[in-house]
Amino acid sequence: MYATDYVKAADVADAAAKLAAADDGKLLAGGQTLLPTLKQRLASPDKLIDLAGCGLSSISKSGDAIKIGAMTCHADVANHKDVAAANPGLASLAGGIGDRQVRNCGTIGGSVANNDPAACYPAAVLALGGTIHTSKRDIAAEDFFVGMFETALDEDEIITAVTLPTPQKSAYIKFPNPASRYAMVGVFVAQFADGVRVAVTGAGEDGVFRASDIEAALTAKFDAASLDGMTMSEDGLMGDIHASPAYRAHLIVEMARRAVAAC
Amino acid sequence: MPEGIAEGIGASVRRKEDRKFITGRGRYTDDINRAGQLHAFFVRSDVAHAKIKSVDIKKAAAMDGVAAVYTGQDIADDGVGGLICGWVVPNRDGSATHEPPHPILAKDKVRYVGDHVAMVVADSLATAQAAAELVNVTYETLPAVVDLASAATAAEIHDGMANNTYFDWELGDEAATADAFSKAKHVVSATLRNNRLIPNAVEPRAAVAEYDHIADSYVLHSTTQNPHLLRLVICAFVLNIPESKMQIVAPDVGGGFGSKIYLYAEEACCTWAAKKLRRPIKWTADRTQAFLSDAHGRDHINKVQMALDDNNKIIGLRVDTLANLGGYLSAFAVVTPTYLHGTLLSGCYAIPAIYTNVKGMATTTAPVDAYRGAGRPEATFLLERMMNIAAAEIGMDPAEFRRINFIPKDAFPYQTAVALQYDIGDYEAPLDRALEMIDYKGFESRRAEAAKRGKYRGIGLSSYIEACGIAPSAVVGALGGRVGLYESAVVRVDPTGTVSVFTGAHSHGQGHDTTFAQIVADKLGIPLANVEIVHGDTNRIPFGMGTYGSRSLAVGGTAISKAVDKVIEKGKIIAAHMLEAADSDMEFKDGKFAVAGTDKEKSFGEIALSAYVPHNFPHDRLEPGLEETAFYDPLNFTYPSGTHIAEVEIDPATGVVTLVDWACCDDFGNLINPMIVEGQVHGGIAQGVGQALLENAHYDENGQLLTASYMDYCMPRADNFPSLQVDYTVTACTHNDLGVKGCGEAGAIASPPALINAVVDALSPLGVTDMTMPASPEKVWRAIQNAQTKAAE
Ligand SMILES: Cc1cc2nc3c(=O)[nH]c(=O)nc-3n(C[C@H](O)[C@H](O)[C@H](O)COP(=O)(O)OP(=O)(O)OC[C@H]3O[C@@H](n4cnc5c(N)ncnc54)[C@H](O)[C@@H]3O)c2cc1C
Repeated sequence: MYATDYVKAADVADAAAKLAAADDGKLLAGGQTLLPTLKQRLASPDKLIDLAGCGLSSISKSGDAIKIGAMTCHADVANHKDVAAANPGLASLAGGIGDRQVRNCGTIGGSVANNDPAACYPAAVLALGGTIHTSKRDIAAEDFFVGMFETALDEDEIITAVTLPTPQKSAYIKFPNPASRYAMVGVFVAQFADGVRVAVTGAGEDGVFRASDIEAALTAKFDAASLDGMTMSEDGLMGDIHASPAYRAHLIVEMARRAVAAC
Repeated sequence: MPEGIAEGIGASVRRKEDRKFITGRGRYTDDINRAGQLHAFFVRSDVAHAKIKSVDIKKAAAMDGVAAVYTGQDIADDGVGGLICGWVVPNRDGSATHEPPHPILAKDKVRYVGDHVAMVVADSLATAQAAAELVNVTYETLPAVVDLASAATAAEIHDGMANNTYFDWELGDEAATADAFSKAKHVVSATLRNNRLIPNAVEPRAAVAEYDHIADSYVLHSTTQNPHLLRLVICAFVLNIPESKMQIVAPDVGGGFGSKIYLYAEEACCTWAAKKLRRPIKWTADRTQAFLSDAHGRDHINKVQMALDDNNKIIGLRVDTLANLGGYLSAFAVVTPTYLHGTLLSGCYAIPAIYTNVKGMATTTAPVDAYRGAGRPEATFLLERMMNIAAAEIGMDPAEFRRINFIPKDAFPYQTAVALQYDIGDYEAPLDRALEMIDYKGFESRRAEAAKRGKYRGIGLSSYIEACGIAPSAVVGALGGRVGLYESAVVRVDPTGTVSVFTGAHSHGQGHDTTFAQIVADKLGIPLANVEIVHGDTNRIPFGMGTYGSRSLAVGGTAISKAVDKVIEKGKIIAAHMLEAADSDMEFKDGKFAVAGTDKEKSFGEIALSAYVPHNFPHDRLEPGLEETAFYDPLNFTYPSGTHIAEVEIDPATGVVTLVDWACCDDFGNLINPMIVEGQVHGGIAQGVGQALLENAHYDENGQLLTASYMDYCMPRADNFPSLQVDYTVTACTHNDLGVKGCGEAGAIASPPALINAVVDALSPLGVTDMTMPASPEKVWRAIQNAQTKAAE
């Protein structure tokens, strides 16, 4: 790890000011991605600005949506009664991330900001058509996830919360990478009155994406059998030592089928 | 077990050492810090194969806080020796194993990603690491050699070593084997791959080297499995230091699995530099370095042919092995695929003719050496896969096919066609027990029930044998070993009757503090709490050979037992004197020396006291004191055996294999602490299932290790396992006092073929006949897809 300064921000405005003042500052949330990166000397920020004291940890339900503060850890989302009732797919997604330690440190803001192509949250945020609230503006999920590890965030922009509309039904099924247990393929299925939205993580070369053929089939009939015989193109899918694009394509349909069955 | 002592031989006593480990009070090498200590960091090659054009250290050396930067040239200038090979074998043509130099810092060439090129020593680890980034090495890259099958025709790795072949060895009777094949009714052939593994001890390797310039002596704390062997090699072959000037201490060591047997370059460099700089130097590997530079395990390609007669008896076996040994020969790289592999090819079967040829190949990958089981898992895998492949081809039940080929229990001692003589065994007993435990008869109904749920269920057997307790020294020497393989023990009785045992074996998780103490407590009839086990410090223990090859109990435990016997013999003479009886009338039982047939007796404590306060003592016959030493050189290997059975379910939609049941019955001879044995079995199975299902070291075509972190290298975890059913049968070893055989490696040896046989069995209704390790989801899914496509055609 390279030497770096650690500071704690008092609130979002203070964090933004500190970030702007630093040469190469980095926001620190749960540290579950950032700290290993630092330890491996893959990043050398001059300043770490900790968001822990900014009052960003909260979960609130308002009518047809749930708003989750950026610093809310995965365990809190997984264990929250309102989340479990309104959006069981989201609760089980959060409860399936990493292990206990990771879930008690890692945050939704950190996960979404990092946009790891194998991370779970982006699938929920995109499938639910969520909104990312930042220190500067509100960004629709559709516009937020730009590519692998890339988002629409400006360098000095801070996620404050994420709002996720409540679907009629939802489920998230992850096929874990056997080694890392991140998503090798993760599919979030959300049924809304006006149609079904399906987002896929772990598989796309550009990160999370919506599976339109699956959405169409499920919108026509919300039944796992609607996906029988469906095949996905392997174009644009990742291939690595754990899974080829063809296998990932197969798993997407299979995990979607299981997600529908779990709804 | 003496009455009243529920902690002697055979008792499942809780491990004495666990209190410190569980409460985080273990003391590991990295916990040791010395005043004025410097930190080392190694510049490692990031290319697989290259000539070193230049190493520019100027910027790094000039950095604040850097004490020194050393290169291969400095090492060469100082006349430092290289790492050595501890065992060599003759080639088929009579020439010797090719032993290329293995300098502790590479000078002219690098031969794997992770090869050590320069050493930076600084006042903090952060500074050393930062300075290491400023060392500028220029390389002229050469083609990487990664593929084992084509390594012989690839770029030359070591000057003058033809075909990248370190050795080309054979064992067995080639003509007799050819003859058997010419008479065979069936010949079964297969090519079987044994995948490469990375050991992954919880504690990475570490060293703290100190030099005392007044005494001109050294202390090296190291994560070694065998301190004396390390001392011998580093002193006599690398640094040219009198052994008496070197103390090696292995404090608590967090697992080794073989990877910590050898002297590594890093600890040699630290020791060398500690003298140059007159400062203590610490080095601890991080996980990435561990992945890159710990000796890896396995990695064979085996071409196997098995000949059967009309009665389905195996009459011949031929095995041609390519063993990937990596960029340099590690200390026991040669013996692992040869004498620890070829000699095991008879398994538990009466096979009259066996021939094997093993070629030890160089590639530009990390050195490969002994890893839990060392050669025996590879031999067992190919043999136990062949047993199933052959059984399938002749349409026989695999359990029955094994049974009719077992060496019968009245045939011992049994001389195999590949050098070993098994002293004792009964292979049907554990087979029968394991079949009963898993309800083998009921399997087809479980398969049918699983099919209703859309799952393929399979069952797989593995009946293994291993040769443990590696020994006897004379045999080992005749076979090319350069070390002795006895073990030593000193049993020191204190005046108050407590006992300290100094053992040459080394515990890095095996539970010696408990098992060894149970032997002593049992034999002397004293409480377990009165026995202290000391190991791991060359200044305290007698010259010992350390721990590997499941040898600690069979060899080290026997040495302790023999030293205790000497204590008892001396005690009898002291007691006879005190009780005014004849030596021959003395008995020792339940902690008391008694005159046979009388009530005259002296307790063990009274005798201990009088040995050190010798007022009433047979001075004419004995010296005072009560301390005895034994060096035990075994007469033969020990031969644990048994049957493991795996049951799996496969999800055809994803290819995921779930292990649903495991039953094993092992014959380890007598058990000292069944709970510790069960733990060893569990751990071994976990490692074997890891190999069969999850783990794989993967180099890309450029020789970059793609599995250099836990993000990509898949370790087995608790949720990969069902509850394991473990049981034992016993045939006591005939040639050691305790009748013990060893249990440390059995699980890792037995389990991979059981698992793969189960996977293949599950898929056999589809026509699948083989599966390579690891049986990863995509591979299994593809096998199912291919079978279905074929069936549709
Ligand atoms: C062992 C392990 C297993 C894991 N398994 C999974 C898994 O199965 N699925 C999964 O999805 N994830 C997994 N993770 C990742 C985990 O979910 C992390 O929580 C997540 O990746 C990052 O969240 P964090 O709060 O730790 O962020 P940090 O590591 O602190 O930060 C990550 C990045 O986001 C930036 N950032 C953080 N907060 C904000 C903000 N409010 N606004 C703008 N930028 C911000 C940081 O500057 C940094 O660049 C795993 C992690 C570990 C260590």
